Amino acid sequence: MIAAERLDRCGGKLLAIDAKGAMRRMPRGELAGLFYPGDLVVANDAATLPASLPGMHIASGAPIEMRLAAWLTLDDPTRFVAIAFGAGDHRLRTEDRPRPPPLAAGDRLALGPLLAVIERRLDHPRLVVLRFLGDRRTVVSGLARHGRPIQYAHVSEPLALWDVWTRIAAVPIAFEPPSAGFALDWAMLAAWRRRGVGFATLAHAAGLSSTGDLALDRLLPFDEPYRIPGRTAAAIARTREEGGRIIAVGTTVVRALESAADGAGGVRAGAGVASGRISRGTRLSVADAIVSGVHQPGESHFELLGAFADESTLDRMSAALIAGDFRGHEFGDSVLIERWARAPARQPRADDSVAALAAIEAEL
Amino acid sequence: MRKDMDFADLRVAVTGGTSGLGLALVRLLSAHGARVAFIARSVTSVERTAGEIGAHGIVGDIGRKSDIHPIALQILSALGGIDVLINNASSLGPTPLALLSDTECEELEEALAVNLVGAFRLTRALFGALAASARDGRGALVVNISSDAAVCAYPGWGAYGASKAALRHLTAIWDKEEKDDGVRFLSLDPGDMDTPLHALAAPEADPATLKRPEDSAVEIAERILAALPRGAMRLVGTGA
Repeated sequence: MIAAERLDRCGGKLLAIDAKGAMRRMPRGELAGLFYPGDLVVANDAATLPASLPGMHIASGAPIEMRLAAWLTLDDPTRFVAIAFGAGDHRLRTEDRPRPPPLAAGDRLALGPLLAVIERRLDHPRLVVLRFLGDRRTVVSGLARHGRPIQYAHVSEPLALWDVWTRIAAVPIAFEPPSAGFALDWAMLAAWRRRGVGFATLAHAAGLSSTGDLALDRLLPFDEPYRIPGRTAAAIARTREEGGRIIAVGTTVVRALESAADGAGGVRAGAGVASGRISRGTRLSVADAIVSGVHQPGESHFELLGAFADESTLDRMSAALIAGDFRGHEFGDSVLIERWARAPARQPRADDSVAALAAIEAEL
Repeated sequence: MRKDMDFADLRVAVTGGTSGLGLALVRLLSAHGARVAFIARSVTSVERTAGEIGAHGIVGDIGRKSDIHPIALQILSALGGIDVLINNASSLGPTPLALLSDTECEELEEALAVNLVGAFRLTRALFGALAASARDGRGALVVNISSDAAVCAYPGWGAYGASKAALRHLTAIWDKEEKDDGVRFLSLDPGDMDTPLHALAAPEADPATLKRPEDSAVEIAERILAALPRGAMRLVGTGA
């Protein structure tokens, strides 16, 4: 499997896995034809903030990069949980970068046109509450002009905001792109509409998926606020009543839907905070299927897939993704997993993954 | 104030909002309850207009690619979404006006960069939010400010006219494509107005013969209202 350097909006691949674990590989554009009339696709329409801010630690004169990582309150863009990095940029892996200067409450930072102060340290030397000086308008304008999208060493070219906004991006609250949404375009949405497949959105403040610092990564994901519009909650209730399926685009949508679950298959509209981890053993009450990026065992996004498919299916999926040269990371290919039926599963045969591999290879 | 114009809580962004028609629209819509963000290049003008009207001022250049997403981000953050985008910022191309054979390629490119590509880019960047507003039942509308120079071949107006003609056609196609998403597109010609842009193009024109931008703003506001669900409800409600 290789990392995708840039988003390939047209040529992406899709591995579709049905509730019985059967796999089919197809061009991602065929996602438009996979759902039934009466199904509802729910996507995250958060737009991504330029959350990486290079600057200087004023007391020491040391260069620093602050990455905004979580909201304290969704309505206040002047205070964030932030992570400090030392000199260098995303091209250097975190473990190869110099450490940031030691930070203490009251320290001031010059971040381009913005001045910020460390309000307090949190439970890791890199992790702080950062407060920008100035009113909301000044801060947002400074972030918009000076900030860059957070990015990782696997993409060498600097990303611009237009690279990290999905087609449906509407609510600027995410710290990393809700990348499963890169699979959607307006032609696909129009095709769904023509076939009677519904579409609704929620906004979930997708947070950092990784920092490269192992101790810090264990604290992830941070609490992520979300907002579910009344119309989306109503569409979910209607879909449920009429026997349609809820298809979640991305792990953030699953987290928001399950966090807002009302226990009867529907969701509560309004604001909430998704804090729990979803993994194998989590009984999903809203999402019937997930469209996701390509994730590998060990990543927190992969763990969440364990709520949709059993271990042997995910093993076969991983093998098929590698065999099919599927591209990982946020600009890569996609998978669609229908939630397994939870019927007493037959014992997976040892040769299942071999058979899947052979099938994929035969296609290539 | 006109009582029949209710823009309460409508979220509107106006490009080129510190002079001429744009300024008149920012004033009018703000006075009738809309939440308005406006964009212009000059820090001083933006601060002056924001201070005077209380609307949300954003500094940026519609003709510059790297400014578009920062502008979109500030609009969405300030208004919490967007219902109406008015692409009003315009570039004349060469000033004084020039015959096409005397127009530098760069001057044509500048007119296209602002009048066509800039409007396209900003609309694209905000399209997700416009569609979200439409899904939410609020309606969504993009108004592209046009000109009679988009339709008539006026000698000397080549760069401006060609760019506005392209914008007009882009508007018509986009409107057809996105009707089902609930996002409407309108191309509106405000007429020859007494504005700084017009003075730059035709310094000899007698201002008394020109339309006041405030009057054009009222006409545009009426068209906006009629194109939104709230306007349709009002018309049904009054039996008009």
